[in-house]
Amino acid sequence: MLAIRNLNVHYGGIHALRGIDIDVPDGKIISLIGANGAGKSTTLKSVMGLVPKSDGHVYWDDVEITSLKTKDIVGEGIILCPEGRRIFPDLTVDENIAAGAYLRKDKDGIARDREWVYNLFPRIAERTWQLGATLSGGEQQMLAVARALMSKPKLLMLDEPSLGLAPLVIKDIFAIIQKIKEEGVNILLIEQNAKAALEISDYAYVMETGVITMAGPGKALLNDPRVQQAYLGE
Amino acid sequence: MEVRLNNKTKAALSAIAVALFLIFVFLGDKFIPAGSTWKMLITVIEKGSIYALVAASMNLLNGFTGLFSLGQAGFMLIGAYSYAIFTIPAGSHEKVYQYFDGGIIKWSLVEILEGKIGILGHYIGMFIPMLGAGLFVAVIAYLIGIPVLRLKSDYLAIATLGFAEIIRAFFQWNTLGPVTNGSNVLRKYTTYGNAVFPVLIGGISIALILLLINSTYGRAFKAIRDDEIAAEAMGINLFKHKEISFVISSFFAGISGALLAMFQTTINATPFNTVMTYEILLIVVIGGIGSITGSVIGAFLFTAASEWWLRGLDSGRWLGISSSLMRPGFRKVVFAVLIMLIVLFYAQGIMGSKEFSWDRFLTWWKRLPSNLKAWPERHRAKSEARKEARAVKAAAKAKAKEAKADNEARKASGKALFTPLPMSDHVIVFEKEGK
Repeated sequence: MLAIRNLNVHYGGIHALRGIDIDVPDGKIISLIGANGAGKSTTLKSVMGLVPKSDGHVYWDDVEITSLKTKDIVGEGIILCPEGRRIFPDLTVDENIAAGAYLRKDKDGIARDREWVYNLFPRIAERTWQLGATLSGGEQQMLAVARALMSKPKLLMLDEPSLGLAPLVIKDIFAIIQKIKEEGVNILLIEQNAKAALEISDYAYVMETGVITMAGPGKALLNDPRVQQAYLGE
Repeated sequence: MEVRLNNKTKAALSAIAVALFLIFVFLGDKFIPAGSTWKMLITVIEKGSIYALVAASMNLLNGFTGLFSLGQAGFMLIGAYSYAIFTIPAGSHEKVYQYFDGGIIKWSLVEILEGKIGILGHYIGMFIPMLGAGLFVAVIAYLIGIPVLRLKSDYLAIATLGFAEIIRAFFQWNTLGPVTNGSNVLRKYTTYGNAVFPVLIGGISIALILLLINSTYGRAFKAIRDDEIAAEAMGINLFKHKEISFVISSFFAGISGALLAMFQTTINATPFNTVMTYEILLIVVIGGIGSITGSVIGAFLFTAASEWWLRGLDSGRWLGISSSLMRPGFRKVVFAVLIMLIVLFYAQGIMGSKEFSWDRFLTWWKRLPSNLKAWPERHRAKSEARKEARAVKAAAKAKAKEAKADNEARKASGKALFTPLPMSDHVIVFEKEGK
């Protein structure tokens, strides 16, 4: 279980996160929705240690990971699948997948997980020798998720997995995210596509200019008139 | 405090500055006796303007169009030869082309025109081969550009470098001896009488480059440099604009080649090699990639350092220090170290991508006294800030260590780290202000 308590982040003079409290319990999909610039990506990046925190704590089960280095956080079983996919364009699909297991030493386990992710994503399994850059947008997103899974995470944090994808592809990706949860990986999801995210979330937080303004079960937020007006365009 | 002048004042200031500079160079070259230190300054200005022109032309390609080309020395070579071949006096051909029966071209354009219309003809006779040299280089560059400009970044650099080397070998080819004098030196061709000549020609050419950069074409070049796909989507013809930039840059490289031939009074293809290209590239980098002002300043500094200030390093005595280390070639070692330092710690160059402007210069000048006065205080503040940053870093490190120890201890005690947040079954709304 991940617990974020009173997280504060400053970018120069800008107070980007102003005391965020979020829980990601085991076996759940938690999502974080909000407009551009609300601080969703910053939250994930600071959990990963990619952005320095000015105050607050991050706990991961019985470990405090607040001031750990990124590589140690990955070692603890937390992985971020970054916004905009960021696959390695000049590596093949297979090499991209292998890069995801960079910190692991167990060869057999890696081979097993490779099978597992190729089963989850049959579309990229057909393209193991293709260069990353030659994949379509949806395939690249799948590759990015697959690569993240190769670190054998207990918590997968996804930053805008639906960015720039067609509705049908988004549906595929979200179906796979649910499948990943059923395989025992906790998920923290950031989305602008609030409807798709809330539909699959067990619990969700709404973020606005650096603070959490609302929280509740995904379905309840989906039916909330305030959320509908602000984020669902109804 | 900030100075803002209107365009008329700026133009007047520029005109006065340029005129004063030209008069200084003209009179300096005429009256300062050879061998004095001040004469050295004139020589540096003379050679510096030639290098400034070729550096500006390279910057047009590398800094403004984003084409990493390393062919500049090759184009200078063509320019130098094209000029020299047509201005060797008829009487000197036998001596210059002694291994090739006096060559095939047995006349000098300067002499012909001088005979027809006097002293004006002399200058026209110099000007036509110089312009012709530029145009000839432009044609060659156009042809080379057709295959080469389809390449990108480092591949383009390798291809242009290769072409420059081919050009050099070609001009040294014995079969072409009757025209190029093979691998022998070309000499006795007409040169200018006063150092103001290259300064004037270089200045006009650089002004033309600046006009080009500030035109629609210049904007298109910069767009291509920043993002080719976006530029193409805006309707910019990529290949056409790359060709234009390449051809114009080569044209000016050719002109500067011709000027260099005049400056040196004898030329030979051997020195127009990759080392020369790297020198020019260095000037561009030192001055700032994407700043013509930077290229000009860089050219003068480079020339002054290599021809004047660091000379002593080769002759055993420099700034009053004598050492057995200071033998011929040591200057280049020191130069190489200086350049590494600049690239490591001052990568954006002297000017970055800014250009000279009277407003900025006068503002700087006005603020200089107060800035100088404030300098010790600023220096102190800076060093304090550095100290603080170090302390913060050390604190973070200590904190990380502590956290690790804490984690170990907590794990051992089995105590919970945090209490989970309540997960309600309905929507909760929080106060908007952060805590």
